[in-house]
Amino acid sequence: MSMTLARIPQSEFKPGQGVPTGIELERYYDPETDQETMTINMGPSHPSTHGVLRLVLELDGETVVKCTPHIGYLHTGIEKTMENLSYYKALVLTDREDYLSNLCNNLAYSLAVEKLMDVAIPIKAQYMRVLLNELERIASHMIWLGTHALDIGAMSVFFYTWQDRDLVLEIKEHLSGVRTKTSWICPGGLRGPAPTGWMQRVQDFLDYFPKRIEMYETLLTNNPIWIERTRGIGMITAEDALAIGVTGPTLRASGVALDLRKHQPYSSYEEFDFDIAVGQVGDVYERYRVRIEELRQSLKIARQAWAKVNAAGENAPVRSADRKIAPPPREELDTSMEALIHHFKLYTEGYHPPVGEAIGAVEGPRGEKAYYIVSDGSNKPYRVKIKGPSFYNLQALPRMTEGRMVADVVAMIGSIDIVLGDIDR
Amino acid sequence: MVDTDVRLGLSGSDLAIRNRTFKNDLVRIDESNLNPDNSVEFASLVEAGLTGEIVSASRFRDQDFFIVSKDRIVDILTLLRDHPDCLYNLVSDIFGVDLYGFDREPRFEVIYSLYSLPNHRRVVIKAQVSEDDLTIDTVTGVWPAANWPEREIFDLFGITFNNHPDPRRILMPDDWIGHPLRKDFPLGGEEVEFSHNVREQIVN
Repeated sequence: MSMTLARIPQSEFKPGQGVPTGIELERYYDPETDQETMTINMGPSHPSTHGVLRLVLELDGETVVKCTPHIGYLHTGIEKTMENLSYYKALVLTDREDYLSNLCNNLAYSLAVEKLMDVAIPIKAQYMRVLLNELERIASHMIWLGTHALDIGAMSVFFYTWQDRDLVLEIKEHLSGVRTKTSWICPGGLRGPAPTGWMQRVQDFLDYFPKRIEMYETLLTNNPIWIERTRGIGMITAEDALAIGVTGPTLRASGVALDLRKHQPYSSYEEFDFDIAVGQVGDVYERYRVRIEELRQSLKIARQAWAKVNAAGENAPVRSADRKIAPPPREELDTSMEALIHHFKLYTEGYHPPVGEAIGAVEGPRGEKAYYIVSDGSNKPYRVKIKGPSFYNLQALPRMTEGRMVADVVAMIGSIDIVLGDIDR
Repeated sequence: MVDTDVRLGLSGSDLAIRNRTFKNDLVRIDESNLNPDNSVEFASLVEAGLTGEIVSASRFRDQDFFIVSKDRIVDILTLLRDHPDCLYNLVSDIFGVDLYGFDREPRFEVIYSLYSLPNHRRVVIKAQVSEDDLTIDTVTGVWPAANWPEREIFDLFGITFNNHPDPRRILMPDDWIGHPLRKDFPLGGEEVEFSHNVREQIVN
């Protein structure tokens, strides 16, 4: 593919000629075809690579001949660390790998542990999990929309989406005291009941948000510049997307209706009425439309979940009654020796799932988020594999970019909504 | 003297807990064996004459697990992708496991977690890789999705993939020595950057 023949050395930087751009230029000239390609380095610290993604682009003029993603700059060994923590402690690391969908990660991990231990979760906790997951999806899509539009040049959208994301963060803060990494969903249910006034706050948000979606659509959907920058860009067919393992909105924009909330329902999603947003074309614009529609569907689910949580009553349990996995209520500790022992054992030794393996998978904002846990019967997971949807989605980037213009690469990166913490773990 | 298992980095009460539970729970609860009657995947493998490749097949918590030998892994996975009863056309994940702590031979497993889009089912195929022969055939020809996960397995476990189109490390630096997710790779132990003179800095 590349026409690597004679190499023209990079001109040396001389003081006084300006500051280095940080972009390495390498030029290759092919005398036979009279073509010259240039290799440039995009990232790892480039504002539109959404973290520390590094792309090595081989360009012929402004056309991308070859795109090689380099990842690993954010590799922190979370899987290795989790192997050395008890199940309860490993939970907090799930917040920290894909840092924009914390509650979805919590849920996937908790589902895997609960499947291993065969624990039943109270119905109110399941509805709360749905509600929190949909709020998280809205927050994550807000970040995606703001940064994606910012990359392409629509700056003001970013300010509005950040406001809306902050409202979700305030809801999370009201619930748990923490803005992002709450670990509120844990094996056995939730950490605790919702505080006074929380339900009202969520309802206010759900009433407020629909007109914001309309506003984003007014700003972008029929905006000629937006259409010009996104339509027909970064096309990927359904067959290619499936073969590369793409999931989530990126896959659905190509016309494949795969949504684990519908097809492998977890946490009582089968009781909710919603539609899967599916596109046809599979370009950047279609991915935008699919995610905007997902915002509406998320709101629809969140409203139903809110009503179900409300109907379940304030005093309904949100933790499993199984004392081997969930701590006893505080007031029991003063009166019951058993409760004290359970509490002590749970927070010192933890619990011991039986030998076996289990998968917990949820439909996260970016695609299928799955935790595969291998248990050896001890209180620490023997092996945890985190399936990050961005890891597979990013593999589609070379397929999208090659043969296209270099200016569209940022639009394509933005449209697949990668989070480097999810890729590198 | 404190009882220590150097291989797993466990000592004292941690080791005692592990040994106790490990021995008690060796029999899996809720596990049943699969056969061609209760598993369409098993039936398809039998139909294709791949019965000899299956080491064991079990169902645990409504999830099917097949342990297979690695020699014909490409045939097995191609069959699972194309057989009309299976149609596992989406790779959910591919990753490795080091079974050092289980005292089981062979030491490594490469796990293919597959999803069938028309049937909305999952199956887990585990290919055994022994420490003496750390190679397995690549399945990038079956699903291009396998490219990066296989690089990751090479990077973190040291298992090489025959005929892989791009056999490089992916997460760790190219000059890294060792394979971090192996159980005998220590946690920590790496010198923290800019800490060579930390003592002097504290004193002054």
